[in-house]
Amino acid sequence: MTDRIANPWGERTPFGQGEDWPVRVDQFLEDGVSEEEVDRWVQTASILHSNGDALDIAVKDGRIVGVRGRGEDRVNKGRLGPKDLFGWQANNSEDRLTRPLVRKDGELVEASWDEAMDLIVERSKELLEEKGPLAFGFYTTGQLFLEEYYTMGVFGKAGLGTPHMDGNTRLCTATAAVALEETFGTDGQPGSYADVDHADTICLYGHNVAETQTVLWMRMLDRLEGPNPPKLIVVDPRPTAPAQRADVHLKVKNGTNLALMNALLHELITNGWYDEEYVNANTIGFEDLEQTVMEYPPETAAEICGVDAEEIREAARLIGNAERLLSTALQGFYQSHQATASSCQINHIHLLRGMIGKPGCGILQMNGQPTAQNTRETGANGDLPGFRNWDNEEHVQQLADLWNVDRMTIPHWAPPTHAMQIWRYAEQGSINFLWVSCTNPAVSLPDLPRIRQILQNEGLFLVVQDIFLTETARYADVVLPAATWGEKTGTFTNTDRTVHISEKAVDPPGEAKPDLEILLDYARRMDFRDKDDQPLIKWDDPESTFEAWKECSRGRPCDYTGITYDRLRGGSGIQWPCNDEHPEGTERLYREADFNTQTWNCERYGIDLITGGMNSEMEHKAMNPAGRAIILPAGYLPPHEPPGGEYPFRYINGRTVYHFHTRTKTARAPQLQNAAPDAWVEISPTDAESLSIEEGDMVRVESPRGYMEAKARISGIREGVVFAPFHYGYFDTPEGDSPNGQSPRAANELTITDWDPVSKQPLFKVGAARVTKVADNDGTPAPAPTTTASAPASGGSVSETVGGDEAEVKETVGKQEEGEKGLIDRAKDALTGREE
Amino acid sequence: MHLANYLGYLHQSESDLAEAFRKVGEAHAQEVDVYHITHTLAKQCETHAEKLKPFADRYGEEKPEEPEQLYHELFDQTRSGSLGLLRDMQDLYLMASACDISWTMIGQAAQGLRDRELLEVVNSCENETANQMKWIRTRMKEAAPQTLIVAS
Repeated sequence: MTDRIANPWGERTPFGQGEDWPVRVDQFLEDGVSEEEVDRWVQTASILHSNGDALDIAVKDGRIVGVRGRGEDRVNKGRLGPKDLFGWQANNSEDRLTRPLVRKDGELVEASWDEAMDLIVERSKELLEEKGPLAFGFYTTGQLFLEEYYTMGVFGKAGLGTPHMDGNTRLCTATAAVALEETFGTDGQPGSYADVDHADTICLYGHNVAETQTVLWMRMLDRLEGPNPPKLIVVDPRPTAPAQRADVHLKVKNGTNLALMNALLHELITNGWYDEEYVNANTIGFEDLEQTVMEYPPETAAEICGVDAEEIREAARLIGNAERLLSTALQGFYQSHQATASSCQINHIHLLRGMIGKPGCGILQMNGQPTAQNTRETGANGDLPGFRNWDNEEHVQQLADLWNVDRMTIPHWAPPTHAMQIWRYAEQGSINFLWVSCTNPAVSLPDLPRIRQILQNEGLFLVVQDIFLTETARYADVVLPAATWGEKTGTFTNTDRTVHISEKAVDPPGEAKPDLEILLDYARRMDFRDKDDQPLIKWDDPESTFEAWKECSRGRPCDYTGITYDRLRGGSGIQWPCNDEHPEGTERLYREADFNTQTWNCERYGIDLITGGMNSEMEHKAMNPAGRAIILPAGYLPPHEPPGGEYPFRYINGRTVYHFHTRTKTARAPQLQNAAPDAWVEISPTDAESLSIEEGDMVRVESPRGYMEAKARISGIREGVVFAPFHYGYFDTPEGDSPNGQSPRAANELTITDWDPVSKQPLFKVGAARVTKVADNDGTPAPAPTTTASAPASGGSVSETVGGDEAEVKETVGKQEEGEKGLIDRAKDALTGREE
Repeated sequence: MHLANYLGYLHQSESDLAEAFRKVGEAHAQEVDVYHITHTLAKQCETHAEKLKPFADRYGEEKPEEPEQLYHELFDQTRSGSLGLLRDMQDLYLMASACDISWTMIGQAAQGLRDRELLEVVNSCENETANQMKWIRTRMKEAAPQTLIVAS
């Protein structure tokens, strides 16, 4: 047994380059329940991060009582992270929403489904009549299922006809999508997690994989501890677990990524560490890149980034001499200054080295959320379904034919509206109906004082669909109680394109309904029709929705036509594209450098990296990439809000390994909550000393927008940088929805409203702030975990983060028969499931 | 030789455009993307003007006779609100097009004169001007339906 709070990554199973990653099946059952007592195991995958770890839910007496990793799945080979092991307990919480709520005389009161839905439909029809579809906005998530997004996408675009639909995926994964589109023509991850098994060099760009995708880090750790371990390069201002293991840790000033990337490219080019033949045959734009990066010798970048030029040279040497290079990126790049421009340079490194589509030669532009990939695929974010191009009439016509509607119904005069602009329209009062599903903007968006204002706008009708009364739900006019993972069936897709099924294991509490049912109910009540006066939505359950989506994906890069619910049951998840040509799915894209940049095929005609100005079809044709990858350089610009004067610190916020988002679920899992019970602020020893701050002192971090207060953790973070976790809001404080005059603890009280010009991703990782001490410590340290990047710089008086008996997890290494037994069990379970 | 006229005209146009970008950004600071991008572009325009200087000297800058009124009139005052933003952006677009076509003219002259240095400047700047126009156009296209149909 392993305490998986004290040791989030569990025991090592080392392996060498090119070998199979050993199976290790992780299992956690509620206290007092033994394996034999479990009634059935129900197949699913993890919903608390983007890795897509396959697992089975243990059910006893109609309740979820635990989880077990699926040894046969390609993604995790049985392993689970702490959030998956313990997070399911939130499903069983006493305070789940069980009935709809409607606002009467200023108060939220219980209502029937009919009453709640009638209110929504009445307001919708009124508004359609009065102002038309542009008054409607939908702010969704990266945590619903594919079927739910697709349904929302179809009635939003072809029913209501509004372009204002986006997900909180804008905050997490928008840059990944756009960076892939810019370089390769369409979204879709070139690489595979299995590239970890083959790589000889791994680069983590702003990606604290140990805390965001724990199982992927386990895979890397197992390589690092096996024979011929890969070289590791980490770019991060914090001393993350990967940074501690790195051969080169580039502890850059946040906001300077592009200068670093240009210097790395400078070194690759000047040292001839690139594959000229590959570049000539398969790319356009190399000369422009060469011209741009020549202005970034390592010394120049070192000055901008605040690192040693020799470290940049060393990183470039490792990259330049790698034979199998794997690169991953996440929020340190995506939520920072010049996000898309920096992320595109990662793609360029691989193009220069000709290292795409081969084992070990992967790019993983990571996602943050479990189903973010599906938001992107199905058009519930700022794209059209099936990676179609809003500016390509033929693509729009395909959708119009599929849905049997007039092409003019589908808004395509501009890209679908991005989230930050949707909120701006709501602020200005031109959006009067906002439906928020499965996300908590009152804690997760930048500049919370402003967001709370918008949520309270007189003229805004706010619908919130969630499983708990979140901070956001408290502002709603109607609250719809939803079922969650384990209580509904659907599919979702992880970062490396692996599609999993998630089966219903238990009934939702009270009158809570699956999100798909809620959305279908709205579409029915709104009576959306196609051209032949038939119902627009022609499906009525998860599987028929999936079948409808398959048709939409047909012939597109994310082709699902070879996948069925039955094929996803048992065994491993399947990577798209999966179709007649690739019946078993596709592990890596672009093996033959066959990129999707043809004008008829691409998802966008290209966006200028500095301004976000878009190319026209004509301009794209003139550029004529014709299946070659597009290299787009950009020069470094200083950040919009540089530190200095009154606000000398660079402020960043981010995650810890024990929590997900605004803790809606993880705060309700005792092991996770106890491991990181409250907010903190990380500051370097030097800065702490100059401000006379000691471990545990109460500090205030303040910007022109607002401030937060929390205990200080003196950590190994870069000097001049302060970090706060963004998980902590107010639902579990007496105030409920906002600070209400008390000391605010949400990291987004002070973040800037600003976004990347290309991906429109908000910039949580670059803003100026000042730090002041508010009160001396009360003898207790900051409530920050010691197991992660928030570890104290020197041990001292801070006791180690442990989980104790309640966090003991069974880890079973490499037993094949276990896997086979599991298969038989699951076959039986599937049968039992169908009988119910 | 009238090249000096054009150089002077473009130098003035780029300086005015820089100022106009800043003014529009300040006036619509609540549109944060507009605020930041206009400021980035203002710097670009100033760099353009800077790069033109030595050639203005080389070919003898003469004060252009009439065209500057064109843009000065556009920006006596910025407007407010979402419709105001559209109209301000439209003015920016016209000013940027004036620069754009001037770069083309000067590029033609540079080729005729075989002035490689000037041609290099034209090549490096005219793409940026084209991108400025691309951005203005993109941003206006996005905003137009909301502004013209539902905004109050």
